[in-house]
Amino acid sequence: MLIGKPPDVPSSEITSQDDYNRYLNRRKFLKGVAAAGAAGLGANRLGRLISPPTAVHADATKLQTVPSPLTTTGEQLTPYEYITHYNNFYEFGVDKGAPAKNAGLLPTRPWTVKVDGKVAKPLTFDIDDLLKLRPLEDRVYRHRCVEAWSMVIPWVGYSLSEFIKQCNPLPSAKYVQFLSYFNWKVDKWASEDISIVWPYSEGLRMDEAMNPLTLLTFGLYGEALPNQDGAPVRIVVPWKYGYKSAKSIVAVRFVEKQPNTTWNDQAPGEYGFYSNVNPNVDTVPWSQKTERRIGLPFYEQTRTTLMFNGYADQVASMYSGMDLRKYY
Amino acid sequence: MSRSTLIVLKTLVWIACLAPLCWLVWAAVTNNLGADQTGAIAFFTGRATLRLLAITLAISPIRRLIPRLAWLIRFRRLLGLFAFFYATLHLLTWLGLYVSFDPVTMAADIAKRRYITAGMAAYFCLLPLALTSTAWAIRKLGGKNWSRLHTLIYVAAICGVVHYWWQMKPGVLTPLAITVVVGALLLVRPVVASIQRRKAQATATTARRASRSVSAQ
Repeated sequence: MLIGKPPDVPSSEITSQDDYNRYLNRRKFLKGVAAAGAAGLGANRLGRLISPPTAVHADATKLQTVPSPLTTTGEQLTPYEYITHYNNFYEFGVDKGAPAKNAGLLPTRPWTVKVDGKVAKPLTFDIDDLLKLRPLEDRVYRHRCVEAWSMVIPWVGYSLSEFIKQCNPLPSAKYVQFLSYFNWKVDKWASEDISIVWPYSEGLRMDEAMNPLTLLTFGLYGEALPNQDGAPVRIVVPWKYGYKSAKSIVAVRFVEKQPNTTWNDQAPGEYGFYSNVNPNVDTVPWSQKTERRIGLPFYEQTRTTLMFNGYADQVASMYSGMDLRKYY
Repeated sequence: MSRSTLIVLKTLVWIACLAPLCWLVWAAVTNNLGADQTGAIAFFTGRATLRLLAITLAISPIRRLIPRLAWLIRFRRLLGLFAFFYATLHLLTWLGLYVSFDPVTMAADIAKRRYITAGMAAYFCLLPLALTSTAWAIRKLGGKNWSRLHTLIYVAAICGVVHYWWQMKPGVLTPLAITVVVGALLLVRPVVASIQRRKAQATATTARRASRSVSAQ
């Protein structure tokens, strides 16, 4: 895969930061509106209620990044605030806002990723070595949740294939399984309003894992991942429903047979192993024909869902000859 | 209860029932509906409907068990109509924001999405109840028929709760609380009825005994 030559200006300065500034301006404007309203009512507390203060970026780690030819263009980025405060990370609560509140307990250092299964030799990678393994790229991807909402997220990472090459998988390795961090002392909310067998497990077929679009992800908006978005390292598979993109990875296992995956176990008839974004195959309970873009006003949120989330050119060939209604 | 107290209380109920809508409109105007505005509106109106349905369902058993609170009956229609009002907003959210008033998508969704089927069933149970909520309709139907028709609220509540569960991801248990409340309100009805039957029997027996002792004298 081409990484391209290092640019004069980090791309985070060109794209995401620009967008981020625009977003900041919007927030300032909204705060102004809110403050004016609150002043009219003579209530300072109301002002805070309307526009709660956010501590984002206070101690976020900046990442050194390079641009990527695999980035998605022509999409308006979803504001940082929504990417970090509208999360499905059920170990920290089922409410969309719960992970932002609760994921602070996640101990992201020291952090290791264990590699085992069908490999030449089991290995353990330290997170700080993983961060240096390859240049970190800015990759904007559409993110489509099975709940029929979507975002556009400027991730930071490198192709998972680069990491897999370091793992020396054996020819018998046909699938890769990813296991997320789990500890009842940390993930205290994992049984509140939810019934799932932990730890969270996801998996990909080897060719899917090796596809250059599959991203080993360390950050977003040019900064280290906030805990609620799967710190310190996660998988992002942009042509599949969001739950395939496992967060806070502690183990990568190369296996011969299709591994068990959390949502497939949860409801085999509804969530398949492949889980490719497909507007023609509905999942219970939602139709997958349309999606709601997060962060837009309600009257312009709904849009048509694209096959493979718009990444058909890069990924469709992997599924040629497969009946995607059967292998949903 | 005096007329003026009733007017004050009814005004308070109106304010309480319209407050959620005011909050929703305010949140929309100030861009405070959060990340998923459409989802927020759908959830908010749906939950308001179920809560109001539960409050409406609570009135009959309360007034039967606590005769002192019998006057609560005067608020049942108002609360029921507000439940219907929020159900209508909920339905309009789906029609306008989810299927964009497209009849083909609508039909497909109603037929194929079981949670929408259940939701529509709930709505069409509530619709005749709202339409026959006037004094004129009660007179036209006659008390017995009217009461029989209005047992549809039980079906509506059950369909509403099922609709809530069916639009959740499997394993997510958020609808549990309202399910317990609605379940209890439905199950308490036969219990209350049997208590009342026993009371009535006891009263009848005492009366008979009293009349017997009178005739014996």
